[in-house]
Amino acid sequence: MKSETIPAVHIQQKPLRRNFSAEIFEKIMRVLFSVCGFIAVGFVVVITIFLIISGVPAIKEIGLTEFLFGTKWLPTADTPKYGIMPFVLSSVYGTFGAILIGVPLGILCAVFLTKISGKRIGGAVSGAVNLMAGIPSVVYGLVGMIVIVPTVRENFGLPDGANLFSAILVLAVMILPSVISVSETALNAVPKEFEEASLALGATKTETIFKVTIPAAKSGILAAVVLGVGRAIGEAMAVMMVSGNVANMPKIFGSVRFLTTAVASEMSYSSGLQRQALFSIALVLFIFIMVINLVLNLVIKREKK
Amino acid sequence: MNENISCARKIKDSILKSLVWFSAAIICLLLAGMICFILVKGLGHISWKFLSSKTSLLNGTVGILPNLLNTLYIIIITLLIVLPLGVGSAVYLNEYAKNKKAVRLIELATETLAGIPSIIYGLVGMLIFVQFCSLGTSLVAGAFTLVIMTLPTIIRTTQESLKTVPDSYREGSLGLGAGKSYMIRTAVLPSAIDGIVTGCILSVGRIVGESAALLFTAGMANEILNPAQAVSKGGAGSTLTVSMYMYAKERGDFDTAFAIAAILLILTLLLNISAKSAAKLLKRGDNK
Repeated sequence: MKSETIPAVHIQQKPLRRNFSAEIFEKIMRVLFSVCGFIAVGFVVVITIFLIISGVPAIKEIGLTEFLFGTKWLPTADTPKYGIMPFVLSSVYGTFGAILIGVPLGILCAVFLTKISGKRIGGAVSGAVNLMAGIPSVVYGLVGMIVIVPTVRENFGLPDGANLFSAILVLAVMILPSVISVSETALNAVPKEFEEASLALGATKTETIFKVTIPAAKSGILAAVVLGVGRAIGEAMAVMMVSGNVANMPKIFGSVRFLTTAVASEMSYSSGLQRQALFSIALVLFIFIMVINLVLNLVIKREKK
Repeated sequence: MNENISCARKIKDSILKSLVWFSAAIICLLLAGMICFILVKGLGHISWKFLSSKTSLLNGTVGILPNLLNTLYIIIITLLIVLPLGVGSAVYLNEYAKNKKAVRLIELATETLAGIPSIIYGLVGMLIFVQFCSLGTSLVAGAFTLVIMTLPTIIRTTQESLKTVPDSYREGSLGLGAGKSYMIRTAVLPSAIDGIVTGCILSVGRIVGESAALLFTAGMANEILNPAQAVSKGGAGSTLTVSMYMYAKERGDFDTAFAIAAILLILTLLLNISAKSAAKLLKRGDNK
């Protein structure tokens, strides 16, 4: 189109000048959107402040070392003891176990989805994984309670199947969707040339996947692992239904209580120092999660480089 | 070519390959088995009476109407609040913010919120809304808690969708003399509707499945509330998931628990399908 054909009528002679009220309206909208923008920051700050304010007093009263490293949790005894070591260790062991089972399974499934399956089977499997991510945690807990707990009890000849092992099994299943989806992204991001070079050198397809693609995607897969850790350590309801919920030091076939379930199980009836100690447990859990988030961020940043 | 490969390599190769197939199969079998198990155990107990009445210890009947209603109320209240906030936040990040550090800070905060476990939300919701704001244990307090929880989802999906809106839309709108907010309202947001709707559906999924955050904020009552009671201060009640937990763990009534689990499963399936089809249907350019 030639520029001469544009009618000159539409070009305004006066400089553009919006009316006053429109300008004020724009300013107001700008402020409104900015407020919305920073509301997430506000929420994080408020959550942190509330957790610290309500969590610190009990730690002060009990003493930090006794609180963190005490091995006995007896809040209702004559001389109450508030040691949360059993919860911390149970959470750590439970998470570790879940990662040990869930991550290899998840990575292999991600390999299947990205490299091996055809479109139709792959679509079906990834639909299944998506559905798995959406199933409420109480449903996992219920199935664990009815299926896994009795199976564990009978197969290992235990008086009660609600123990750390059952919790690990349930958690391993629950972290699968996040592990799979993040590893999938990581595997897809590996440049095609890497694989082509490996294939051209005579490696088989499977060798290429395991010796070239997975090592090249390792920081993304690490992110998947860290995300899985976050999911497992934060899960409350499902764990509560299958772990037996007694404040023991963790044993693989012993009834245990996680950090999350310690908060959830006593909150409804506790009072006084016991209640405050629960807030302190939440604070400890929050610090765990923040550290995991930090690691996750570092891993992702390194991957981007 | 394959004949040149040594036997050991061939064996290793096929072992690894079968491991991959095995893990995919085991995950599918696990899910299929779980779904069948729940449906078989649960569907038999679902009847019209079960869905349309409340549990009465006097008559010995079990019904989940109050829990269904509570779930619906919480979804509506939460979405009404979180939608403007989340969409506004995404608009700010994508259209207004020029300071890179501010954007990074907000994104960091959003990621942090997404990573906080629901039990901590429950606790903080109890501290802030139930006690500090003295709303009492109520659906409103529960909904407010879920607002914080679902905010990252809405922000993320909306923002991703906003990023794909071509700049020519914005330039065209501004060139026609529209103000910035008018441009956002009429040109940018309608083009990002797919992300907003997907975000809503995902949030509904999270709300339906949430239990730990609601246990101490929305309460465990099983009474039928009308909409006015639902938004009032003392309107406490349990959603489907919370009531399922109570039936299974506290009362040992597994038939009812499985019936609710079946309903939850069907809801999850429907939400999954609708999230997928919404993203497809509403995507720009598909209706050309």
